[in-house]
Amino acid sequence: MFRDSSIIRWRNYKDRYMLVGFECSACGKKYFEKKGMCPCGATEFNEIEFTGKGKIVSYTKIYSGPEVFQEQTPYCVAIIDLEEGARIEAQVVDCKYEDLKIGLEVEAVFRKFYKSGEKGVIHYGTKFVPKF
Amino acid sequence: MNVGVLGTGITKFGERWNQGLRELLLDAQLKALKDSKLSPEDIDALYTGNMGGGPLSGQLHIGAMATENLNINKPSVRVEGACASGSLALRAGIHTIEAGEAEIVMVSGVEKMTDVSTEQATTMLMGAGDEEIDGFIGLTFPGLYAILAKAYMHKYPKLTRDILAEISVKNHFHGARNDYAQFRKEITKDTVINSTMVADPLTLFDCSPITDGAATIILASEKKAKELGAKVSIIGSGLGTDSLSLARRKSLTRIDASWIAARQAYKQAGIKAEDVNFAEVHDCFTIAEVMAVEALGFAKEGEGYKLYQNKDTYFDGKIPINTSGGLKSCGHPVGATGVKQAIEATLQLSGKAEGRQVKNAEIGVTHNVGGSGGTACVHVFKKVK
Repeated sequence: MFRDSSIIRWRNYKDRYMLVGFECSACGKKYFEKKGMCPCGATEFNEIEFTGKGKIVSYTKIYSGPEVFQEQTPYCVAIIDLEEGARIEAQVVDCKYEDLKIGLEVEAVFRKFYKSGEKGVIHYGTKFVPKF
Repeated sequence: MNVGVLGTGITKFGERWNQGLRELLLDAQLKALKDSKLSPEDIDALYTGNMGGGPLSGQLHIGAMATENLNINKPSVRVEGACASGSLALRAGIHTIEAGEAEIVMVSGVEKMTDVSTEQATTMLMGAGDEEIDGFIGLTFPGLYAILAKAYMHKYPKLTRDILAEISVKNHFHGARNDYAQFRKEITKDTVINSTMVADPLTLFDCSPITDGAATIILASEKKAKELGAKVSIIGSGLGTDSLSLARRKSLTRIDASWIAARQAYKQAGIKAEDVNFAEVHDCFTIAEVMAVEALGFAKEGEGYKLYQNKDTYFDGKIPINTSGGLKSCGHPVGATGVKQAIEATLQLSGKAEGRQVKNAEIGVTHNVGGSGGTACVHVFKKVK
């Protein structure tokens, strides 16, 4: 149902397309996704554009995916610490799975994610590739 | 805390093509009433755990379904907390009795998962994660636990592929001895290691299956339980929560919500980990069982593997884990799992776990996780002397 929606992601375009995240106005902690309240108690955040450079914290290769991702299987997904300090989850592409390891340096690229509904509206976002 | 267990009812777990949500729930409810020697009018309130009724069957409002099934008009609420829905329903039932609102409460869990494709069920299950962070990039439930497994095995390399396989082998050994289990078949380590890869390093046999099923347990106040001769009581309940997404967790090698829930429940029950004779834990994936036995204090952090080197977790071992077969072999109808665990604890403590009976068991623990650790619920069960 929600995966058929062509507008569900529009409010995330800025973070998905330009890797814009949020920095706590009080303690400076950085987040990729919006968070209501920082553990320090502050609720005000400033936007910050990440460079897209980071390191793999953990990862896997998915062989059986949800409906809209099934045609992409198998694909690699990782948790990545960006150099500015925020943590992000993303697919890692253009590489051999065997070459991935914890601590590997990666960088952001702009890619197609999936098509939704009968109209086939394409959702885009950020994926990562190993930095060579 | 002291709430008695009057009776239990459970459906066969598995692919139940001929039964929908309603029929599954009714089957468990009627069995529990029969076991408790009660009639529907005796029930003061009902709670039913269910996760996927909306997306999988187009059916919400399960609370009213539970009373409609029994032709009563009592207070009835559907509880949702992903795969921990059943335990949350149990906790709500306990609290309703503790608050003096009810003397007898019926707690059920139900899930109907096999009417849809695996991909659709996978999408529904990912609702337990963070849709915008995890869901958007194509993460799956096995994927989340695979990421935890990778991080854990990187930090604690003594947890090997072989040990993970042993967990699945042990759970199938127990499931083969349980009438209501989905897969009543023993397997070997080779089966686990050589089965299809789902999300590296987890293979098909590291993963719990998609299952239809329902379970019902009937609770009573301490006074009523004594009057009706209940043999088992619940003496502790703990609930911990954490971020939906793994990206926001403090640790990727333990589930903090489980640690919080276990300590709360033990404190309330006045027990220590050493007092526990057996446990039903949330082994949605083999790695999850390792993290669970550590959170429950049966092994030190990073040393959970030790319990699987010498058959300590078999029903006749030092600390039997998942005598029902666990989620892996018994099946995992998500909303029903927490209640199933409570039923297995009850069967063990009342000496009715034929074929897998733990000897001289006095205290059992259940541990139920929602998502990849956004919710964790622990209950302590005690044999009434």
